[in-house]
Amino acid sequence: MPKLPVLSDWPVLRQLRRRDPSGLGSTAASPRTRSLAPRTASADRVARSICPYCAVGCGQLVYVKDEKIVDIEGDPDSPVSQGCLCPKGAATFQLVTGAHRLEQVLYRRPGGTSWEAIPLEQAMEMVAQRVKKARDETWQERVEDEGAEHHGDQVRRTLGIAHLGGATLDNEENYLLKKLFTALGVVQVENQARI
Amino acid sequence: MQEMGFFTDTTLCIGCKACEVACKQWNQLPDDGFSLTGMSYDNTGALGASTWRHVAFVERTEPLPGQGSPRDGIEAGAGAFAELRPLGQPAPTSLLHDVAPTHLADVPAALGPSQQALGKFSWLMMSDVCKHCERAGCLEACPTGAILRTEFGSVYIQPDVCNGCGYCVSACPFGVVDRREDDGRAWKCTLCYDRLEGGMVPACAKACPTASIQFGPLEDLRERARTRVEQLRSRGVGGAHLYGESAQSQPGTEGLHAFFLLCDRPEVYGLPPDPVVPTAKIVASWRAMATGVLSLAALALGAVLSARRA
Amino acid sequence: MAECHPVAFRWVMEAKNRGATIIHVDPRFTRTSAVSDLHVPIRPGSDIAFLGGIIHHVLEHDLWFEEYVRAYTNASTIVDEGFRDTEDLEGFFSGFDAESNTYSWETWKYQGVDGVVPAAGHKLVYGEEGAGRGDLRGTKMLERETDPTLRHPRCVFQLLRRHFARYTPEMVEETCGIPKALFLKVAETLGRNSGRERTGAFCYAVGWTQHTVGVQYIRTAAILQLLLGNIGRPGGGIMALRGHASIQGSTDIPTLFDILPGYLPMPHASLPDRGLDQYVNNNASATHWWSEFRKYVVSLCKAWFGTAATPENDFLFDLLPRLTGNHSHMVTVSEMADGKLKGYFVMGENPTVGSMHGALHRKGLRALDWLVVRDFTLTETAEFWRTAPEIARGEVRTEEIRTEVFFFPAATHTEKDGSFTNTQRMLQWHHRAVEPRGDCRSELHFTYHLGKRLKALYAGSTDPKDRAIQALTWDYPTRGPQEDPDAEAVLREVNGFTVADGRPVPGFAELKDDGSTACGCWIYSGCFRDGVNQTARRRPEREQHWVAPDWGWAWPANRRILYNRTSADPEGRPWSERKRYVWWDEEQRQWTGYDVPDFVKDRPPSYRPPPGARGTAAISGDDAFIMQADGKGWLFAPSGLLDGPFPTHYEPEESVLENPLYPQQCNPARMEWHRRDNPYHAAWGDPRFPFVLTTYRLTEHHTAGGMSRWLSWLSELQPEMFCEVSRELAAERGLRNGGWATITTARGEIECRVLVTDRMRPLRVKGGRTVHTIGLPYHWSFVGRVTGDPANELIGFVADPNVSIQESKAFTGDIRSGRHARGRRSVTDGVALREPEPRIHAPRDLPGLHAKKRSPPVEPPEPR
Repeated sequence: MPKLPVLSDWPVLRQLRRRDPSGLGSTAASPRTRSLAPRTASADRVARSICPYCAVGCGQLVYVKDEKIVDIEGDPDSPVSQGCLCPKGAATFQLVTGAHRLEQVLYRRPGGTSWEAIPLEQAMEMVAQRVKKARDETWQERVEDEGAEHHGDQVRRTLGIAHLGGATLDNEENYLLKKLFTALGVVQVENQARI
Repeated sequence: MQEMGFFTDTTLCIGCKACEVACKQWNQLPDDGFSLTGMSYDNTGALGASTWRHVAFVERTEPLPGQGSPRDGIEAGAGAFAELRPLGQPAPTSLLHDVAPTHLADVPAALGPSQQALGKFSWLMMSDVCKHCERAGCLEACPTGAILRTEFGSVYIQPDVCNGCGYCVSACPFGVVDRREDDGRAWKCTLCYDRLEGGMVPACAKACPTASIQFGPLEDLRERARTRVEQLRSRGVGGAHLYGESAQSQPGTEGLHAFFLLCDRPEVYGLPPDPVVPTAKIVASWRAMATGVLSLAALALGAVLSARRA
Repeated sequence: MAECHPVAFRWVMEAKNRGATIIHVDPRFTRTSAVSDLHVPIRPGSDIAFLGGIIHHVLEHDLWFEEYVRAYTNASTIVDEGFRDTEDLEGFFSGFDAESNTYSWETWKYQGVDGVVPAAGHKLVYGEEGAGRGDLRGTKMLERETDPTLRHPRCVFQLLRRHFARYTPEMVEETCGIPKALFLKVAETLGRNSGRERTGAFCYAVGWTQHTVGVQYIRTAAILQLLLGNIGRPGGGIMALRGHASIQGSTDIPTLFDILPGYLPMPHASLPDRGLDQYVNNNASATHWWSEFRKYVVSLCKAWFGTAATPENDFLFDLLPRLTGNHSHMVTVSEMADGKLKGYFVMGENPTVGSMHGALHRKGLRALDWLVVRDFTLTETAEFWRTAPEIARGEVRTEEIRTEVFFFPAATHTEKDGSFTNTQRMLQWHHRAVEPRGDCRSELHFTYHLGKRLKALYAGSTDPKDRAIQALTWDYPTRGPQEDPDAEAVLREVNGFTVADGRPVPGFAELKDDGSTACGCWIYSGCFRDGVNQTARRRPEREQHWVAPDWGWAWPANRRILYNRTSADPEGRPWSERKRYVWWDEEQRQWTGYDVPDFVKDRPPSYRPPPGARGTAAISGDDAFIMQADGKGWLFAPSGLLDGPFPTHYEPEESVLENPLYPQQCNPARMEWHRRDNPYHAAWGDPRFPFVLTTYRLTEHHTAGGMSRWLSWLSELQPEMFCEVSRELAAERGLRNGGWATITTARGEIECRVLVTDRMRPLRVKGGRTVHTIGLPYHWSFVGRVTGDPANELIGFVADPNVSIQESKAFTGDIRSGRHARGRRSVTDGVALREPEPRIHAPRDLPGLHAKKRSPPVEPPEPR
């Protein structure tokens, strides 16, 4: 049998009991309002992170619920930022969850007028093949140009491949990039340090 | 529960707009359009249904003492952040003791013309927000009970109750409350009611890098603000004053729960100089009406009596 | 600083509230100026004149910190008698070769020292006289001549005084447009704020570096800070505010052409014998810390080549590729445009917007066989073949572009573990919060799996050229179905370990040169000390003292202030109670303090090396700068810089002014690209381009926009490209606030909205001339949530010789009211290519050691 509204729910009594005679305070609260809580309170976990924008290195707290990020804000423990973020740092949530992010590998063939989606594995293999081909074709054991300043010097490298980027990446990523490219003989490895 | 509020100290604002974005992020608000206003660095324009913090930029051809010009000595240890973060966030560890201030060297020779001209310029920035008035027009105007005063003293619109009638929009003397085009409901700053329930600081105040937006118990904020005004005045910022910190200073709203420290007249920042909550006139009009009714009654009674006498 | 690093500016505001004076020097009145005590408007490109003026003032009024300068700098060292200053040679130093536009260091060396003085992190040692002969350099460093009275005419102090003699307040006013009284206010304020009780700090960003004399800007500040005793002490320093999260890290562990991890130079081809010994001798120093050099390169080879690297095969050092010159970004792109490259990887960077001369970049991309772009979304660099302006204008047809393009979606920092090295040299670990969706992967994943595939492709090869990739150690544990490599395993390798048992080494002091240790980056050694990821430490700041050593990990050795030996006086006592930081503890017989001492831990202040001492035994008790071969802070740089031992004011490549200080107009050693698709304006006074242009960033956006222009919350705050001009310039050119303008250089033309503002000021310079500056943010381009013309289309290829950085903070151009760029043709593809050589060849100032004063162009320019 459904519970009938009891007399104590009668607004006038509630107003009197809660000392809210005008009825503009808690008496007016809806069930939703009465149960308000920050969405971070129900997060499954909090990952500690660092802002990806400028180099100040503000601490970030990344709140995760059901394997989805629900909030990113400043880490008050950080001696760098004490919980603050600038507008870019505060927009990190949109950076990582926004609809602008693509989730598919895209390929544009020579002379093509549009992108085509291709599987990741296939793309990786295509790139590996191209690196090998370009490297083998442009390998320089010695400087062969007659008249070049370093004619005859051993160089063991390729000038046919170059890399750009790193200031937005992790140290571990830069380390593997430099290690791999140097072993391949790629010397034209550069990043945003010069812009 | 203690009354909480914002004290926005415009002299500490660097116009970074972290407050605007942190607010949008926490409250998941949509954008407001993408057009250049040509009004200095302000492309937000005004508070609205999906913009609950708005940083105003004012380029003035008047100097501001303390900005781009020499200022007097400052007392030791007046840390900007020392008293902040009432909800358990740390203040920076004191770096050095007995700090003696540095001064700009005194060079008597006159500055050249271009620098003189530059001295006659200042750039004011202010992060505007819902004032959470002590006497809130929106609250009193709402016919559905959608707006309530929370236990923190803030004014909160319940989106599940609001029916979009819009009475609150015209009842706000600051033009803060706004209806969203898509759902018609009224929206404004909630003072992060949900965060407060969880013991957290509002998103804008937490993000603010320079403590221009300070959040805390209202009484503490008022105390701090008055000290700050005295401090600024002693440094030559004669125009420093508080806006809406008490019922005395702003009777039309009976004081604001989000008040400001300004260095110029309120209208320079886009704030009304003497805001009056429209419903404040209701009592007066009831009284006037009652007086009128009573006078009429008295007249009628007098007429009857005099008629009898006659 | 408030504009681009608002949270770092929190601490400036804190300092201000504690009594610090904040001075902001900038061509524009910015958000930083708005809260500073003093804003000093300056003509872009004239900072060496300004800082040189302060040096002059400090020297002439004896405001320098005498005890500090005498003990910790090379002020008393006597310089070679062959040295000639710019005072003697009309703006050149001795040693300039007009053929190659390069300097030799031979005459810059110290008197009595054999060969060129080795410099820390010296990158171009192969070019030196005396290098490559196999002899260890600096063996006679302890025998260098000095004059403790600082009176010898060739001692560094007197040379410095003479060099800056002409940097008077009047000269500053004429050159920088800063009124004399305002300049003196700055010089006095700074100069008087020095000594035992006081320190001052400089903060700078790319406004100082992006010039053809960028490195010398920083050098000028370094000289000033050494004179004032502001290096190595709390509240002192020169702080580089860097723009990307790990731009410091990507220099330490370099994705840069000229160095190996830890600032070890890339080996060069020109050495007669390229063996390991030769390389070590050319880069090590006989004295002080770089005497340890061999340990670091051997440990790196062990980390990379593992068991294949043995003492017998020189640890496979010979397998590393060799440089033959400059292979930096603009050199590569220039060669790309000439069709010399086949493949290009671009990861998390958007060079067609962020780098100079976007049209030339796109021309390069069109000439590739294949391009790989890894980013969050399709940037202008990924889309060059379909949305570029030359495609829209019909100059280039998409169908004719043969480049294959691969776009790989990248994982964000919340989707991967890893460390950033932030601007304060602090490594901070970020933890994975969620798994990346779809095909999104980290660069760690991409690089690791690309390496695996390439190792497989080369596995059966017997070609000696493939030996390095075959020998490369590439076994990192992976996790999950995506086979994500373990970032901590990579960091362990970076930290270094004992080869025998794989245990992490505690720090670089434990590295060996016999192959018993491996270490991926010696300066990061210690970041995995005790098997603990030190970069992930997060002890709340309120639970530790103010230096906060238990948050993250700073290289080297978790040291937060470099050269902190100078925070104590020569006897090892704090300069003052207030400025106490690191000091000698006589009872414990060791250095101690709030920070990790930057010195030999148990070496007393009174220690003096015996004659003939080598290595770290040569470090005297007051040699605070242990990385330098003489242990001193360098007021005069005897080597290491390609454009002079002292900073000298040169005008930018393109200027509105003739150099007011010297007959030589520009940095004579700068890099230029003489190509038809990279035209330059006249060196000064080009009537076609009468205004100064400068570029910068806004708080609301991030560099080339890849991380901001697609976000509505940021884009709505600064939705459109604009320029900022003064009321005076607006009146002169009929520009209206909110209206449109067209801005032109010889490279390109852009349209943008106009902000007319009092924050921009015309400046008065030499001869009462008025200089107008046009401000240009550079965030926008052709795709994204908000679009606009990119400022960098206007800027040409020209660079500082030391670090190959471009000059985007001071160049010339023109502005007109309205939108006129329709029908424009880019210099790379348009009609310009079919036109004959321009009739006027802009007068340059090169070559010539004995260059005479040149006059501005005599021939009238062709009307545009």
